[in-house]
Amino acid sequence: MNWELIFGQIKWNSFVFSGAIENPSLSEFIASGAGFIAVLGALAAVILLTVKGWWVPLWRDWLTSVDHKKVGIMYIAIALVMFARAVIEAALIRAQQLSAYDGGGFLSADHFGQLFSTHGTIMIFFVAMPFITGLMNYVMPLQIGARDVSFPLLNAISLMLTMAGAILIMVSLVVGQFSTGGWSAYPPFTGIEFSPGEGVDYWIWAVSLGSIGSTLTGLNFAVTIYKKRCPGMTLFRMPLFCWTTLCTSILMIFAMAPLTAATIMLALDRYAGFHFFTNGDGGNMMNYANLFWLFGHPEVYILILPAFGVWSEVVATFASKRIYGYTSLVYATMCIAVLSFAVWLHHFFTMGQSANVNAVFGIATMVIGVPTGVKVYDWLLTMVGGRIRFTTPMLFHINFLLTFILGGMTGVLLANPGVDFQVHNTLFLVAHFHNMIIPGVLFGMFAAVQFWFPKVFGFRLHEGLGRASFWCFAPGFLLAFFPLYWLGMMGATRRTYMWSDPSYLPWLALAMAGAALILAGFALMVAQIVVSVRRREQLAAPLGDPWDGRALEWSIPSPPPEWNFAVLPQVTARDPFYEAKKAGIAYRSPAAYEDIEVPRNTATAPLIGLFACAWAFALVWHIWWLVVVSFVLMWVVVIVRSFQTDTEETVPAATVKAANEAFLAAARAAPGVARDREMTSENRGRALPEGLEGRSGPVSSRAPVEVLP
Amino acid sequence: MSLSERLHPGLNLAGTDPEGHEAAEEVLFGFWIFLMSDLVLFAVLFATYAAMSVQGIAGGPRPAEVFDLTAAFLETMLLLLSSFAFGFAMLEMKYRENRRRVLSWLLVTGVLGAAFVGMELHDYYVMITAHAAPPQASGFLSAYYLLTGTHALHVSSGLVWMAIMAVQVMVIGFSTPVKLRLMRLALFWHMLDVVWIGIFTFVYLFGVVS
Amino acid sequence: MSNRGPADTPPSEYEDEGRERLSYVVGLVLALLLTTGAFAVVWLDLLSGGAALAALGLLALVQAVVHLRYFLHIDLARSHRDDLLLILFTVLILLIMVSGTIWILYDQHIRMMA
Repeated sequence: MNWELIFGQIKWNSFVFSGAIENPSLSEFIASGAGFIAVLGALAAVILLTVKGWWVPLWRDWLTSVDHKKVGIMYIAIALVMFARAVIEAALIRAQQLSAYDGGGFLSADHFGQLFSTHGTIMIFFVAMPFITGLMNYVMPLQIGARDVSFPLLNAISLMLTMAGAILIMVSLVVGQFSTGGWSAYPPFTGIEFSPGEGVDYWIWAVSLGSIGSTLTGLNFAVTIYKKRCPGMTLFRMPLFCWTTLCTSILMIFAMAPLTAATIMLALDRYAGFHFFTNGDGGNMMNYANLFWLFGHPEVYILILPAFGVWSEVVATFASKRIYGYTSLVYATMCIAVLSFAVWLHHFFTMGQSANVNAVFGIATMVIGVPTGVKVYDWLLTMVGGRIRFTTPMLFHINFLLTFILGGMTGVLLANPGVDFQVHNTLFLVAHFHNMIIPGVLFGMFAAVQFWFPKVFGFRLHEGLGRASFWCFAPGFLLAFFPLYWLGMMGATRRTYMWSDPSYLPWLALAMAGAALILAGFALMVAQIVVSVRRREQLAAPLGDPWDGRALEWSIPSPPPEWNFAVLPQVTARDPFYEAKKAGIAYRSPAAYEDIEVPRNTATAPLIGLFACAWAFALVWHIWWLVVVSFVLMWVVVIVRSFQTDTEETVPAATVKAANEAFLAAARAAPGVARDREMTSENRGRALPEGLEGRSGPVSSRAPVEVLP
Repeated sequence: MSLSERLHPGLNLAGTDPEGHEAAEEVLFGFWIFLMSDLVLFAVLFATYAAMSVQGIAGGPRPAEVFDLTAAFLETMLLLLSSFAFGFAMLEMKYRENRRRVLSWLLVTGVLGAAFVGMELHDYYVMITAHAAPPQASGFLSAYYLLTGTHALHVSSGLVWMAIMAVQVMVIGFSTPVKLRLMRLALFWHMLDVVWIGIFTFVYLFGVVS
Repeated sequence: MSNRGPADTPPSEYEDEGRERLSYVVGLVLALLLTTGAFAVVWLDLLSGGAALAALGLLALVQAVVHLRYFLHIDLARSHRDDLLLILFTVLILLIMVSGTIWILYDQHIRMMA
């Protein structure tokens, strides 16, 4: 048999470990070490699953599930695993730059190139995207009073496609090399002429899988918000997180297509000799930058808008106050969403178009700062006169306001093409976008985890360790990235693996210290989760409302039942649950229960993900038989599924009633906890409504009537 | 809300199948959004073609030298008639649920669509053999093949989908899910015709005029 | 959700087979006319240069609207604006993307060599 026919271009020396044998060096050892960790991690997972006998539950309860809550949790699990890898890569990047005075350092240039490429690609596509998607998945249907998203199976398929992309990137640690072309993969460098080999192909197919998944997610969420809101939940009664989810979904629907077009063209150039972005024969690599940023700029708002939504929920809850300027926040979100399509050129001011073109896009970019400013004032004014509790999410929020504004200022600076010509491609830019994405998106997601964790798992996270991790993350971020502004202004270019100006050294050392603090923060966060799981009895808050919450998700038990709401709620105002608590009509029994239809679990989505992963891997390595087989199988799964008619099962009304009445009885019987005791073990998830603080004992359980009339 | 209201794009089941009509709202809205996303994909391919058909000639053949307007006209007619035929298949489904007549209209649609794809493949064959104009020849030709090829691929997958739906009509009959799938396929098919208006105008006619 | 209207309400446009069939026929006839017109402009050299391009673009736009109205049944009826709003928003995004791309690439092209 012919080797190449079966294995394509994989050779024995494609495996990362061969590099350490053939060419021993620290750089190769680190690469092999990373490969080992990936292999050992996978092995450890397999052994753990086998020893504990978890294979069947994993398959039956999780991978085949189409429940939006489980899908959301799996998304966030992917994000955290990938975050662990990419944050370690970031620390390696900083360490290399610190040690690389006059050509020193411990990484080869090529290895360094792979590090910053995977760091960027993973952080955007496989950390930030799954994180926000998972969060929107979990929270949005609960907030609009729905039992699931509009298309639960499609949701699971999106998840599995994202997972397939993440697995592909992990495989690239072991088999072959990754691209050295950065997360934006500009040709002609990433063309076949200058980047032969599998690296860029890994990037193309991993990103394509993720972007198809995101398009489908956007579609799904937009339909859900349009068509599945509970009775009375008009658009302008939705919590702000739902508004930002809606705008993000719309951005996903429209912005992913240019990326798909760009990656298809790059793939055709590389695989079939087309001339979209080549140097000669009529290719135009500037069109790649154009297409990529047609996607790339809306993408940054795809990431930040859900975080804005989180901030709005957090600040209102922990200031015990209705959000200030609801309507203005909604319109600001819409403005940002539309404007985000009109500024993409500011990512390539220096590419050679005339000054008038640059001026138009520069002005558009500055304009986008206005609605963002509106939001900042609204958040500040929400805190004015509120009774603020300095919990971990709130600390992240205050830190966000302070640092995000500084990042926004440097953004307005960069929007001026004249300034941009000076600092483009320097560490100034690197500092700017990390300044937006870390305090904005990443810390927003961390705050969201702290905030909604008790809803998802039924127990709170350990507050002390949460604060400790905050006090590592926040100064760590400042230390790691503010020196880069200075370095950038001194002329230090980004993505360089060595340098020779001794005045860089102190700044690089500071940045390294910051990276160490961030790693410590991450370690503390992991410790926080572990400790909280162990002490889950003390931290339990099964009654669902540990923070005196405002929206519908807090009105149901933690963790919520499979069907979310025993009876679909009826809403008459904004902050419906908060209003109900104030009026003393929360936790009332509904008049009647009905059977609930829920979709059955199905192997469709994981099979599609599996074949998509095999298909992408085969494309990377030119294993053509596998390309054909896995592609056909993927569609066979879809077609077979379309012939199945029995896809739903019924939860009988009696089951729903038993579960819900037990919860309501427990909630009514529980003593409410006042806000100053919310971090103690007294907090079982029953909040003492505002105005009743000071009184103790169970709140009267009135005669059962209609819930939330 | 009255059920005689139109709830979504394309043919509505109002009046003949109230239950299916209500079930259709969500899925057809979702599919409509998918089509919008697909339109954006075509839009960037059009934009790329608009630039490369002028800037990416690179000494190779020009649009006017390789395009066959007669073929483009015939292709336009084939696709338009197949879109029209699909409309009649949907009317048969809505008002009579008559399998034989729905299947015959689907067959007409499919044959016209297949003829369209066949003619396009023939165009490609002529361009490559007679005009030495394969996609690798220049940026213009890369963009041309990608744009028209993406459209042809959409039409081809529509044909496969149609074949599967024909089987489902025979095996399952006109259950609500089958009807909703046919309605989505109809939207897809009509939308491909709209995209083709762009292709015959901005690719073929513009290419020959300028 | 809700019940059907009283039996004596006349069937709406979307419940009458004759009218729905007519919609497809009208669409076909208009599309045939517009397509033939567009090809005639080129074949018979009715116009040239910029005028020809403008005429062709206009014919294409009208034909797209015809397809949307008569085949996809998108209209201005008050009862259902979501689909229309969505397509108008899509058109806005398309215009930004297409015109922006063409503007940028032509500007760069002129400055490079032409």
